[in-house]
Amino acid sequence: MHTPSGGSVGKSLPRVDGVAKVTGAAHYLDDLVVPRLRHGVTVRSTVAHGTFDGLDLDPAFDWSQITVVTADHLGWGQGLAAGGLGQNHIAMLDTDQPALVPVGGRIKHVDEPLALIAAPTRALALAARAHARPRQTAQPAVLAIDDALRAEVKLYGDDNVFKQFLIRKGHATDDELEAAMAGADRVLEGTYHTGAQEQMYIEPQAMMATLDGGIMRIAGSMQCPYYVHKAMKVLLGCDAEQVVVTQTVTGGGFGGKEEYPSMLAAHCALLAQASGAPVKMVYDRDADIAATTKRHPSRVHHRLGLRADGTIAAIDVDVIFDGGAYLTLSPVVLSRGVLHAAGPYRCDVVRVRGRAVATNHPPHGAFRGFGAPQTTFAYERQLAKAARVLGVAPWDHRDRLALRPGDTTATGQVLERSVGTDDVLRAIREAAGPPPTRDGTNRHGAPVRRGRGHAFYFHGAGFTGSGEQRLAGRATVVARPDGTFEVLASSTDMGQGAITIFTQLAAEALGVPPEQVRVPDPATDHVPDSGPTVASRTCMVVGGLVDRAARTLRLRVEAWADAAGIKGDLATRAAAMIAAMIERGGGDLVGGGVAETVQYEPPPGIHWDDATYTGQAYPCYGWAGCLVDVEVDLDTREVSLLRCVHAVDVGRAINPVIVRGQIEGGTVQALGWAVLESVVYRDGKVANASMTNCIVPTFADVPDLETIIVECPYPYGPSGAKGVGEIPMDGPAAAVANALEDALGVPFDRLPILPEDIARALRPGGGAGGAGGGAA
Amino acid sequence: MTGYLRPTSLADAVAARAAHPDWLVLAGGTDLMVNAPHRPVPAGIVDLWGCAELRGIARDGETLRLGAGTTWLDVVQSALVAAHAPILGAAAREIGAPQIQARGTIGGNVATSSPVGDSLPVLLALDATLGLASPRGRRVVPYRDFATGYRTTSLDADELIAAVVVPVPDAATRLSWRKVGTRAAQSISKVMAAAAIHVEDGVIAWARFGLGAVAARPIRAAAAEAAAAGRPADEATARAVADALAGEIRPITDVRSAADYRLEVAQALLVRFVLNAGRS
Ligand SMILES: Cc1cc2nc3c(=O)[nH]c(=O)nc-3n(C[C@H](O)[C@H](O)[C@H](O)COP(=O)(O)OP(=O)(O)OC[C@H]3O[C@@H](n4cnc5c(N)ncnc54)[C@H](O)[C@@H]3O)c2cc1C
Repeated sequence: MHTPSGGSVGKSLPRVDGVAKVTGAAHYLDDLVVPRLRHGVTVRSTVAHGTFDGLDLDPAFDWSQITVVTADHLGWGQGLAAGGLGQNHIAMLDTDQPALVPVGGRIKHVDEPLALIAAPTRALALAARAHARPRQTAQPAVLAIDDALRAEVKLYGDDNVFKQFLIRKGHATDDELEAAMAGADRVLEGTYHTGAQEQMYIEPQAMMATLDGGIMRIAGSMQCPYYVHKAMKVLLGCDAEQVVVTQTVTGGGFGGKEEYPSMLAAHCALLAQASGAPVKMVYDRDADIAATTKRHPSRVHHRLGLRADGTIAAIDVDVIFDGGAYLTLSPVVLSRGVLHAAGPYRCDVVRVRGRAVATNHPPHGAFRGFGAPQTTFAYERQLAKAARVLGVAPWDHRDRLALRPGDTTATGQVLERSVGTDDVLRAIREAAGPPPTRDGTNRHGAPVRRGRGHAFYFHGAGFTGSGEQRLAGRATVVARPDGTFEVLASSTDMGQGAITIFTQLAAEALGVPPEQVRVPDPATDHVPDSGPTVASRTCMVVGGLVDRAARTLRLRVEAWADAAGIKGDLATRAAAMIAAMIERGGGDLVGGGVAETVQYEPPPGIHWDDATYTGQAYPCYGWAGCLVDVEVDLDTREVSLLRCVHAVDVGRAINPVIVRGQIEGGTVQALGWAVLESVVYRDGKVANASMTNCIVPTFADVPDLETIIVECPYPYGPSGAKGVGEIPMDGPAAAVANALEDALGVPFDRLPILPEDIARALRPGGGAGGAGGGAA
Repeated sequence: MTGYLRPTSLADAVAARAAHPDWLVLAGGTDLMVNAPHRPVPAGIVDLWGCAELRGIARDGETLRLGAGTTWLDVVQSALVAAHAPILGAAAREIGAPQIQARGTIGGNVATSSPVGDSLPVLLALDATLGLASPRGRRVVPYRDFATGYRTTSLDADELIAAVVVPVPDAATRLSWRKVGTRAAQSISKVMAAAAIHVEDGVIAWARFGLGAVAARPIRAAAAEAAAAGRPADEATARAVADALAGEIRPITDVRSAADYRLEVAQALLVRFVLNAGRS
């Protein structure tokens, strides 16, 4: 057995994509220029619910250079090879979302695509759009969770429920649950609301399609090339080989480029086919905010049965997510939400119910954390209230109740290893320092109130349950004759550092310097399907595949070279092996090199039952603690975040600077969700669809951030790594709300908590209502 | 083709404006460019950016004279502003962020005349005047008469703003400013207020309160000013000022904030200004 000696893991290798990005050499989709390019724009609905009655084209406008596409005069069902198309829907989990609403069809949300326009310039395309008027008939819309549940207006099935889940632990019937609750000494009950959140990636959605010799080539900004590939096969009615999807340099995703790029690719492809020219679509910011997916607004009802000694007798959670108009990814987001809803705390009797409901909002979808931030907010508010009524110090309370090895989660999963509870709590308690002084005056002479909040949480790494097995992700490592090694995986770098991590893992496993490793842009015609770039799985799962493929390759090359008596470094030996293979005819070369492809294999002992939602929900968890100090200006009710300490167990930090970046970025996004970010829906339309009004934090809003990397290695992750991408998003919002309650003595159970909400809560007779958008 | 002229003197700028009344006047472009995609391409542009005569801050007798093309960065860095009109410097520091401050000009802010233009309440509190230039000559108008309605001003079609003139306040005048925005930077104001309060022996001789984002245009709070005049700078007066203010402004609810919040905060700011004036 050769022990790898690359020495790359654990070092902060500079980002391999960094120089190109800061010098501007990196080409984003909008930078790409091709001959005969057309620019596409979308004609969108203006009603939240209704019918699309037709498109009127102004006869006074010169349409000679313009391509207009509606769903109607297209060759659905004929297939791409016959010059037609497949089916008019975006294939994801369901088939309910059309690429374009057909004339006579049902409009289900504002800003839904009705028609497409392409023109030789963007200005001309926009001018044409101004002369294309969709006729629509409005119907009553469903814009609140309770209206969806009442199902007087049916948007999905008979009950408007996209998906529901039920988790039962320690009881078989609702009566038994109620009995356990009744046996508690006190029951804390609370309802928690969170609003939608916009990903606000720097690069807006962008895509290009070229129909080239019967092959549809799609390139663009995306997280998951194979999701787009799957959707295109169905839309175009073609074989896998007739669509090639390439990820271009991607300026941020945060989940917002998980499912939506399939819609954009579909539109570009329809226009490319109709116009016979390559078509590019780049959303402007306002359209991107208005039309694309956001974090699900939620309402979570949480009952916490406490014994007199402070332990938990029973937990009962009812989770409802506003899924928006189409199913998209709501079932999986809800799944993660319910699986985290009981929190990382010991309790023998747990019930979690979850529903994702249909409304006439634009579809809500993937966003970093993927359902867990919503339920984490609820349970960490509950834990804070429990500590308060019990008179126990916040960390002591959580320390006492938190899961340790040997304990079971809500799904009955016995935690065996890589449980960071003790290390995380120790680290954050050591860093905590004294709480801020309660009262003071700021630089404006205004009185201020300060407080401190805490939160503890976990986040499952990788796909839920048997998801990774079903997915059966693959990755390839190739030794090339030029002395380089290539990592082929469909995981994308969207700024989070994936290709740097892959470079380090491959270099480590191969025992070569990282400069010899390259990670080409993923394209479906030359990288295997490693699964989507989501779910905090890229480093742990796909990185594990890269690690294993590289080790296998190294062993193979070394075995051959030992037998052939070839000495030298791995690149030299690989080159000799390739030369010998070419002499023998080169039959087993892959892309001119020696390649090893490996497929996902589950760690031993994984069992999951989808029917009962029991078993190992995730192969392992990350653990985190967050402490936030806040200051509220009593003149203006403005919140200053003074300090945030965030300790996160990541298993092993392959690249500490990147890990720190992930934690800091996720923390800032979570703090923004807590006190700044509000998506205001009016009649189903995003009323603040601009960067001016859809507020996200700037650097000036970021508190003093202290990031503590905790490492409790996961034996089945590469070098012990597990997920880091999402967990920082889960808990800080609850810590902020807890800090605000500590400072002001009134509860804040609705996100975002804007100064307007604080003002209302502090008015005589005021409760903590919400001005923010989101769930009703 | 869009026409383009870049005058280098005020006289040339006035002539260019007169020759092309339908062209767009461009200074830093930080207001104009935001709306560029939503506006027809202009017939031409008169670009004031190269007009050195319009840029700079000078002491002129008992006033500070700021050329209309003076950027917010110039204002932030000016020792004269820091010494004589510190609230203008404070407002400048909170406009956008450094990149915007390096391009955005005081003339642009005044001409756009947005209810959320951050310098405008300051100009009201300081009782600034504007120097305007046209082919018909120069005129001076008090800033308080300039903003006439929602983004409308008394600037004539062929006029340019040449300068903003700020009287230097005396030592007994307490100046205050506060912006309450949507976040800590790059932020549109929900409410902002500026005050000049003249205090002698603990008694407010007169006060000028300028407010933004609480009406269709930046306004002086006349009733609140009257409630302060002749009264001691204490809690009771502060309360009276807040009550008077409630009677004279009716802020709105929009995507950025709520009417009740805006009123409450506007009151709290004036209360604080009065109390701070009494303390110093
Ligand atoms: C990201 C961003 C953040 C911002 N933040 C703030 C903020 O926090 N607070 C704030 O108040 N503003 C803010 N603004 C708006 C803007 O920066 C200011 O209003 C700035 O002062 C405008 O000056 P300008 O020179 O860029 O104006 P321009 O855009 O060049 O012109 C604006 C208008 O003024 C006219 N004009 C300019 N100069 C003259 C003149 N001499 N005579 C006659 N008319 C003239 C132009 O014709 C035009 O109508 C922000 C803008 C951006 C893009």
